[in-house]
Amino acid sequence: MLAHLPILQVIVPLMAAPLCLFLTRSRLVWLFALIASGAAFLISVLLLQQVMASGTIIYELGGWDAPWGIEYRIDQLNALLLLIISAVSTVVLFAAHTSIKEEIPADRHRLFYILYLLSLAGMLGIVATADAFNVFVFLEISSLSAYALIALGKDRRALWASYQYLIMGTIGATFILIGIGLMYQMTGTLNMYDLSQRLPEVDNSRTVFVAFTFVIVGVCLKLALFPLHLWLPNAYAYAPSIVTAFFAATATKVAVYLLIRFTFSIFGLSFSFTALPLQMLFVVLGLLGIFVASFAAIYQTNAKHLFAYSSIAQIGYMIVGFSVSTTTGLMATLLHLFNHALMKSALFLALAAVVYRIGSVQMNQFHGLGRQMPLTMAAIVIGGLSLIGVPLTVGFVSKWYLVLATIENGWWPVTVLILLGSLLAIVYVWRIVEAAYFKPAIVGRENIKEAPMSFLVPIWTLVIANIYFGIDTRLSVQVAQSAAQSLFGVNP
Amino acid sequence: MILGLYNYWIVVVLMMVGFYIVIAHGNLIKKIVGLTIFQTSVFIFYISMAKVDGGTAPILAEGITQYSNPLPHVLILTAIVVGIATTALGLALAVRIKEAYGSIEEEEIQTKDNLDC
Repeated sequence: MLAHLPILQVIVPLMAAPLCLFLTRSRLVWLFALIASGAAFLISVLLLQQVMASGTIIYELGGWDAPWGIEYRIDQLNALLLLIISAVSTVVLFAAHTSIKEEIPADRHRLFYILYLLSLAGMLGIVATADAFNVFVFLEISSLSAYALIALGKDRRALWASYQYLIMGTIGATFILIGIGLMYQMTGTLNMYDLSQRLPEVDNSRTVFVAFTFVIVGVCLKLALFPLHLWLPNAYAYAPSIVTAFFAATATKVAVYLLIRFTFSIFGLSFSFTALPLQMLFVVLGLLGIFVASFAAIYQTNAKHLFAYSSIAQIGYMIVGFSVSTTTGLMATLLHLFNHALMKSALFLALAAVVYRIGSVQMNQFHGLGRQMPLTMAAIVIGGLSLIGVPLTVGFVSKWYLVLATIENGWWPVTVLILLGSLLAIVYVWRIVEAAYFKPAIVGRENIKEAPMSFLVPIWTLVIANIYFGIDTRLSVQVAQSAAQSLFGVNP
Repeated sequence: MILGLYNYWIVVVLMMVGFYIVIAHGNLIKKIVGLTIFQTSVFIFYISMAKVDGGTAPILAEGITQYSNPLPHVLILTAIVVGIATTALGLALAVRIKEAYGSIEEEEIQTKDNLDC
């Protein structure tokens, strides 16, 4: 059993999804999905333990040897991502039953859980697999279910957002497919480890160069790097709240993982950062993303829009850390992956609770909520502090390493800009605090109650994780560090 | 040189035609048509790179030493399935958008959205 963990990680949610069809009652389906996601979480914990103890796990599907068969490879980076995805999915799913009662018609509840599990399976598959084409297949599994999930939103704008995401996402995925095809043409292999061995022999050719460009642009579309981020704000804002909480914490993270995997492991550092002025390009785009998105966030009137723009800004920080391309820089990126997943899932779940109670996330409807829903709003405040990067929260840890990385490299202007970007976060978080705490309650809505326990438990689990990992950084830093070191050391 | 690689030229032309339609057209159905053409060009690309000159179908038989590479063909079968799923989902969304907005023109939908805000 233990030897088969890598495949079980993906197979469990993938098989659980169609099984949902046999269950009729909404609560039963929910329980079943929760168990499936919980099992995936358990497996990812075991995998992480195994990887940290004894190094990379290699699993050959069906017993076929690597270059011919598909291979799953779990190293520290994969294990960390698997843990983030399955943990967030499980915690968010906990609140799903209550939340979708208000937002999705009852006859579609079952479909919602099926799509949710498929999306989860797709994301876990992208991370677990070591086969480049398999990445594309899982990418499409997770994306197609994501489009459908977003279209479940109540507002008709959800449909339009989903359509736009479908167009952009498919272009991105097809770009990746073209890149993989060109790589196969040059090397005759799809296995990531094999590719990393064979690409250096041909890396002077224009074909490899074009393959690299296609893959990078495709992945950047998926991760919503400025200026390819246009699909994201509406998709997050109009999707059902639970879906937003899940995707905000995981979908873009998976794409960041792909970026790291392709540049560091497959193409190799020396090629990735010399073939193109990629380092410069990513620093500039990352910083532009931070500022443009943070300014946009300040002017939003819809709280979901606000945090969606903030997500784009946070992606900017990850890209800056990535482009520093030192161990510390990469560590900062990985830490921020982990930390941002914790912050954003907490924040969007809290917004889901607000939607459940008042049916809106317009900021002018937030007046008085600070007293009416104290626990939910406190969660938003702590999540917001974490976004800013206040000490004792996780946000501080990753910003700290990011600042450290840029200083180590002597990039003083970048350091200053990162800190200025954090100041902008103060402004947009303050706008929510002001609306919730410093305005009198709206007339006729004095008796709004605190969110039910099914919201508060997962929200506060995430909030406490936000604080816990901000104080006791051993686990996250240790895993991120060993993942970063392994990326710089030997190939995957 | 140019004639020998003609299938790649077809790929490039189809790719650009499809991509252009996706970007330039405001009609949601036309966008999906463009997207399908764009994806089809990639299918042709995979299929033509697998062909080995003088090679036959990969079935073991006496007297044959050269085979075409079957792997990209198999890969692209998967990609075709993905492509169909994408098209189906895109069209389904277009139907729902037509029901909700009464239009499938990007500009009209955008103006209606702006009025809502």
